Amino acid sequence: MSTTGPAAAKAAAQAAAEAGTQAVAGAGPEEPAAGARKPKRYSRRVIVGLSGRYLTLCLMLVVLVGPIVWQFLTSLKGRGENVYEGVLPSDPTLDNYTRVAEAFPLFQYVGNTLVVAALAITSNCLFAAMGGYALSRAGWRGRKTVFTVLIATLMFPFESVMISMFLTVREMGLVDTLVGVWLPGAVSVLNLMIMRAAFLAVPKEVEEAAVLDGANEWQRFRRVFVPSAKGALAVVCITSFMGAWDDFLWPLIVLTDSDNYTLQLGLKTLAGATTVNDQRLIAAGAMAALLPMLLLFFALQRYFFRGVGEGAIKT
Amino acid sequence: MAQIAGTERGAAAGTRDAGRAAGPPRARRARRPKKETGQEPGLVHRRWWTPYLFLLPGLALVVLFSLWPFVNTVILSLTDAQILRGGGFVGFDNYVRALQDDTFWLALVNSVVYTVVVVPCLVFLPLALAVLVQKKIPGIGFFRSAFYTPVIASAVVVGLMWQWILRSDGLVNTVFQKLSLISEPVPFLTDSTMLLVSAMIVTVWKGLGYYMVFYLAALGNVPTSLYEAAAIDGAGPVRRFFSITVPTVKPMMLLVGTLSAISALRVFTEIYILGGESGGPGGDSRTLPFLIRQVGLGFAGETGYAAAISILLFLLTLVFSVLGHRLSKGDEN
Repeated sequence: MSTTGPAAAKAAAQAAAEAGTQAVAGAGPEEPAAGARKPKRYSRRVIVGLSGRYLTLCLMLVVLVGPIVWQFLTSLKGRGENVYEGVLPSDPTLDNYTRVAEAFPLFQYVGNTLVVAALAITSNCLFAAMGGYALSRAGWRGRKTVFTVLIATLMFPFESVMISMFLTVREMGLVDTLVGVWLPGAVSVLNLMIMRAAFLAVPKEVEEAAVLDGANEWQRFRRVFVPSAKGALAVVCITSFMGAWDDFLWPLIVLTDSDNYTLQLGLKTLAGATTVNDQRLIAAGAMAALLPMLLLFFALQRYFFRGVGEGAIKT
Repeated sequence: MAQIAGTERGAAAGTRDAGRAAGPPRARRARRPKKETGQEPGLVHRRWWTPYLFLLPGLALVVLFSLWPFVNTVILSLTDAQILRGGGFVGFDNYVRALQDDTFWLALVNSVVYTVVVVPCLVFLPLALAVLVQKKIPGIGFFRSAFYTPVIASAVVVGLMWQWILRSDGLVNTVFQKLSLISEPVPFLTDSTMLLVSAMIVTVWKGLGYYMVFYLAALGNVPTSLYEAAAIDGAGPVRRFFSITVPTVKPMMLLVGTLSAISALRVFTEIYILGGESGGPGGDSRTLPFLIRQVGLGFAGETGYAAAISILLFLLTLVFSVLGHRLSKGDEN
């Protein structure tokens, strides 16, 4: 591994990636937690400790998930219901969702977001895989230089280059277009690094076997390397989708016409009491943006957590 | 596994020798290593330009949308360019102007205070949370995933949710007034200081689960035997935490500190959603990214000046990165 980043950070990132996967998939080796396995007969002290632990867990659950659940329940409340009183809606209705879709072009915003997301997923998977493949192969000039430059770009916070980025996009005539929203994030360095790491893990023998079988470089990449890095590709897919779905500041800068708004940008019209003063509508709008992401998260959890660990390379 | 690999390598070497003995390919193979220095030994040979071809699209995009904008920002910061016209070289005038600009100092102080408050919270609270969910007890998987949900939510969604919790007619104020804890609504979103505090709360709330995952990984590396030995020596849980857990996860604490500092310096969306487009009442809650956008864009956008502020923001994040790096290096020695 020839890298320039802080060694400690890197080791930590790897550890995070590993344990992150294990923690959620539950398939990893037993964590060396103190007293993970106790004999069946519990002493009183253990029972007290355990119930204290569960109590704290539930308290944190209320703090961290409570607002989301409560917002969701608010979005189901009918017009006549008091939004301050009672947690559960007495008469659950999807009325607010239809109303929010009427109040502003929700589906158009979702459509725009999906266009950006589809472009981002495609370009990130393709270019990050190709670039990561080249970076993982030894024996070409400038490899170290390219790698150093890529790592260096991770140091630039988006906020400090966004003005110049806007000028570049403007010169390309892409202001107020969805392509303009997508293009600067078409490939992220982080994804390149994730793919590089995945390809480095492919045993040399596999590659050599493919060479013996007469596969050319593209065939080796396409038929040997990409299939063996499916997990990393899934991470790239998810992070690109999440990025496109959740991004706010860049679309805010590029897009002016509200017809082109992405979902998050559209949601800002819900902020501020002046435009909409119905919490049920605001809740419905927020939930419309959150629920698809949440479903994705619960379906593909382990990839989300792997993304976190590998994202730690950032420093 | 190692044995199998060894066998294959042996077989591969055998084939290569056979190829050399055969004649014509020998000359070609023998010449290659001289031409391409650093060529990996073995069977895999490629044309010299293939890696570049693979790298081209990705690298082009990174250069165009990351490297060039940075270089361009440095250049622009030395000019008086505006959004609708290019500018002439003015040296460090923009930087001098920034240092004399009250608005710049306001944004700088806001950003730094924000970072200084948020970072300790995001270094210690997620560690406590990780310790809480580390032990494998029934249902812990559910709690771990659930604690991560605020991370999944976008900043806009989180802002909208908290906006209503904190509004003057929002949940907290209504409940507190009903309980007669307060007579006047607390101005969470209408007072510039309170707005920053609110944004800090939201940032910490959203970041807890994210950094918890980092710490879970680090905690997995603490050897069990240490705990057992300490328990035998009579160390209680608190003592064990501070004498064993904290030293072991210290590198991770530094990493989390650095990451959370950089992201705190970049805060924008939370304040935009909670405080509105102007950045709070009178724009008094503006942070540096807020200011960059306001100064640099729009019809009268002063790109040169905004670029200078951008570079100052970059330097600020660099300070925190270097600090984190230094501290972790000092730790290793």
